[in-house]
Amino acid sequence: MTNTKIIVITSGKGGVGKTTTSAAFAMGLALEGHKTAVVDFDVGLRNLDLIMGCERRVVYDFVNVINKEARLNQALIRDKRTENLYILPASQTKDKESLTMEGVETVLNELKETFDYIVCDSPAGIEHGAFMAMYFADEAVVVTNPEISSVRDSDRILGLLASKTKRVVENRTPVKEHLLLTRYSPERVSRGEMLSVKDIQEILSIPLLGVIPESEAVLTASNQGVPVIANRNSDAGMAYQDCVARFLGEDIEMRFIDPKKKSIFSKFFGGN
Amino acid sequence: MGLFDYFNANRKSAEVAKERLSILITRDKIQRDRPSFLPQLQDELLAVIKKYVDINQDDISITLDREQDCEILELNITLPEKSCQQREDKPLPERAREP
Ligand SMILES: Nc1ncnc2c1ncn2[C@@H]1O[C@H](COP(=O)(O)OP(=O)(O)OP(=O)(O)O)[C@@H](O)[C@H]1O
Ligand SMILES: [Mg+2]
Repeated sequence: MTNTKIIVITSGKGGVGKTTTSAAFAMGLALEGHKTAVVDFDVGLRNLDLIMGCERRVVYDFVNVINKEARLNQALIRDKRTENLYILPASQTKDKESLTMEGVETVLNELKETFDYIVCDSPAGIEHGAFMAMYFADEAVVVTNPEISSVRDSDRILGLLASKTKRVVENRTPVKEHLLLTRYSPERVSRGEMLSVKDIQEILSIPLLGVIPESEAVLTASNQGVPVIANRNSDAGMAYQDCVARFLGEDIEMRFIDPKKKSIFSKFFGGN
Repeated sequence: MGLFDYFNANRKSAEVAKERLSILITRDKIQRDRPSFLPQLQDELLAVIKKYVDINQDDISITLDREQDCEILELNITLPEKSCQQREDKPLPERAREP
């Protein structure tokens, strides 16, 4: 493919929803008919296979391919539920430095021959692993929670995206940045207990791709090893579907950013 | 003021968070953009100024601002209380001596 897009899902801060987002996003792109590979860059702490529900099918991993201990197509796991979707798991044991610049580039170039989209699940932090995940990216989804340290780390990541990526080094147009706000509680925002979408957008000033509400469906999905986007009726599932559609150029209104209106019935009986 | 007064019940916590973040991020950006020679420049300037006036590390600050296509290097030195006091161990320059 000549116009393969490499998308990094990154955040700086840990535990904000990168892996959840990588899995949902990759499946969403595949469901739209795009041949998609999702790559776990979190060497030593691989989790993407669990979220994707393919942990028992992992034989070879990213580092094996870099070290030429396995061919790429031996390491790629085809998703059983979705056509067009493949997973490249991270290695569980090897040290983090095993993701070399040349190694990563070679694997990504080989993936580019077959795939339309390559989604890179970045590890937390701003060190080697995160740097490797973002270096070759064309676009970046910056996952942010409405929480002060997460917003600050996102700003740091934006600084790195603007200065330390291959596109910048080669004087091409910089990595296209998207803000994805996750674990959002409109109710808490309306009570003044949580930073709002508007606050965070003002501070980070990059285009908003979407807002994923704090949702019970995420835990249920990860328990089952099914990306939450597959749960078409859940709030988080729908929010991720919207994000993918927006990413692909559709103009869709934001949902799940206002508090749920309680029906008169639930007001009387105190339910939800 | 007791410890618990810090949790100001009248101000929404999100508002406090936004204010703190705005300040923090502006500061982070300045740190990020500053050229790597600035701290050394600051140290060397301090050493030179110390020859004449008694000042500390904290009394000198250097900032670099960008306005469109022009960069402004701002050097701020706070001189000690009894303004411009000479260091006692230094001889007074010619001009300052009483006739
Ligand atoms: N929208 C959401 N609602 C509720 N819980 C969520 C949501 N998004 C993520 N979580 C939960 O947050 C936790 C961290 O999610 P995830 O593993 O995707 O984060 P991460 O950024 O990949 O973490 P790490 O930095 O460790 O790789 C998980 O327990 C997940 O279930
Ligand atoms: Mg993760």
